[in-house]
Amino acid sequence: MKEKRGTASIILTCVFVLISIVYVMPIVEVAVNSFKANAYVNTDTFALPNSESFVGFANYAKGMTFGNYPFLKSVFYSFYITIVSTALILLCTSMAAWYIARVGSKFSQIFYYLCVFSMIVPFQMVMYTLAGTADTLRLNTPWSIPIVYLGFGAGLAIFMFVGFIKGLPLEIEEAAAIDGCGPLVTFFNVVLAMLKPTMVSVGILEIMWVWNDYLLPYLVLDRTEYMTIPIHIQYLKGSYGSVDLGATMAIIMLSILPIIVLYLFCQKYIIKGVAAGAVKG
Amino acid sequence: MKKTKKKPDAAALNSVLVRRPIQRCFPIFIFPTFVAFMIGFLYPFLKGIYLSFCTFTTPRDAQFIGFSNYVKAFGDASFVHAFGFTALFTVVSVVAINVFAFAIAYLLTQNIAGANLFRTVFFMPNLIGGIVLGYIWSMIFDGVLRYYDTYLLAKTSYGFWGLLILMCWQQIGYMMIIYIAGLQGIPEDMMEAAKIDGANKWQSLWRITIPNVMPSVTICVFLTLTNSFKLFDQNLALTGGMPTAFQEGGEIINTTEMLALNIYKTFYTGANTRGMAQAKAVMFFILVAVFALAQLKATRTKEVQQ
Repeated sequence: MKEKRGTASIILTCVFVLISIVYVMPIVEVAVNSFKANAYVNTDTFALPNSESFVGFANYAKGMTFGNYPFLKSVFYSFYITIVSTALILLCTSMAAWYIARVGSKFSQIFYYLCVFSMIVPFQMVMYTLAGTADTLRLNTPWSIPIVYLGFGAGLAIFMFVGFIKGLPLEIEEAAAIDGCGPLVTFFNVVLAMLKPTMVSVGILEIMWVWNDYLLPYLVLDRTEYMTIPIHIQYLKGSYGSVDLGATMAIIMLSILPIIVLYLFCQKYIIKGVAAGAVKG
Repeated sequence: MKKTKKKPDAAALNSVLVRRPIQRCFPIFIFPTFVAFMIGFLYPFLKGIYLSFCTFTTPRDAQFIGFSNYVKAFGDASFVHAFGFTALFTVVSVVAINVFAFAIAYLLTQNIAGANLFRTVFFMPNLIGGIVLGYIWSMIFDGVLRYYDTYLLAKTSYGFWGLLILMCWQQIGYMMIIYIAGLQGIPEDMMEAAKIDGANKWQSLWRITIPNVMPSVTICVFLTLTNSFKLFDQNLALTGGMPTAFQEGGEIINTTEMLALNIYKTFYTGANTRGMAQAKAVMFFILVAVFALAQLKATRTKEVQQ
């Protein structure tokens, strides 16, 4: 079926190689500048580090404590909030979605339509009142903020899960019921196994969202004590008179590295998951 | 048990065998999510609508004042300017992102060596958060503009085009993925039939490829539309709304400020304008909802045609 690749195709490949190089340049520039002294980031942004401007890992060392807040603390909170929120969303919304898909009561229908509705509401609409509510209910710590993420992120997750569960054959669950499985056993031993592909898609979407989210944790968390990586970076750049660009680039590099590594290892799932969310959203 | 064979889910709902036991487990299955949903969405949403009709500095001292917040919001020069800037940016970015994304997707599906590698590269910027993206590009734009003895925040147009380049860099890969899926869904025999009938590449692109990817176009246009319209993180990190300018009425406005950022600043740069900020937020929500409904309608009509 495949045609032989002609000269036009070779030229096209070369063009794409060039575009790809331009495409990754911004990230390469961040990496390069993270090894340069602050003054040189500003004056020779695109020069490679030379003996004068090269500072080794000094920027990374400086970035760790830069801005009177240990960067590793932000990293820890970012990881913690992302992992716990995603796990909580996956568990709770898949269970709720099964209930909605299998119990056709008025309640489950209304809840479902509210979830769909919540997907189109921009965050600015609820941010002020949400921050106030979270504060009153003491959801303003990294330990409790996953509940806020579950609430605000439930819409998309439930929508995707319900859509998938409705396509699953009921006979399997009936068989499990006849064999004497209670709903909990049926859900965890039978339904969950069938939900795996959607779990991966929803999980990736939620990880990307929570890890990169800036405004929600910024408004909800008690900022004097807790920061996440995006808040930390904004804090360094936004509120410091003379910004140490070298150290900032080092921190940016550290913050995108986990994502890029994750992407290189499971890009197939990530692309599929993100595309699935797009088509439905 | 399965007398009704109308729809698969009608049968599902009728299966008492499965339904009843789940229904009994209401507190375990759905209650926790429902409570979180009330806290994280429904209550703040309804209260937000109520507060848009009130004057307040904290939610506790709210006093009902009717529509005057909305009237004030319309008279706010910074809001009107932000709306214009956002609308212009949205139109330009929707066109730019979709044209580039479609072109790349089309070329990558022409049996090119290394297509998968290129796809991986183009998609990558999508994974980086808006705040980080903003600072990466502000470094790069400042680096380039330094050759011309100027800087990013010097002019409104720099901010506009900077934001556009940033968004293209971030979004093209994402839209490309959707277009590639659409292009790969075109039946191959249709292409071959066109070839046999003597259509050249250009003709088959316009007559067969593009009409067949229209569903993908609808999705991508609406996605880029809402993404650009709701843009916040990138806007905050790249320019923060700078530079400022004096309006004729003596008001100071931030010339590269988009709607979301304008609402945010109205909320948090002083406690007196919060009622107006909430009114702006409600209008912002209504605009986004209109886009969403339009999309729903567009996809529905497409489905009927096919």
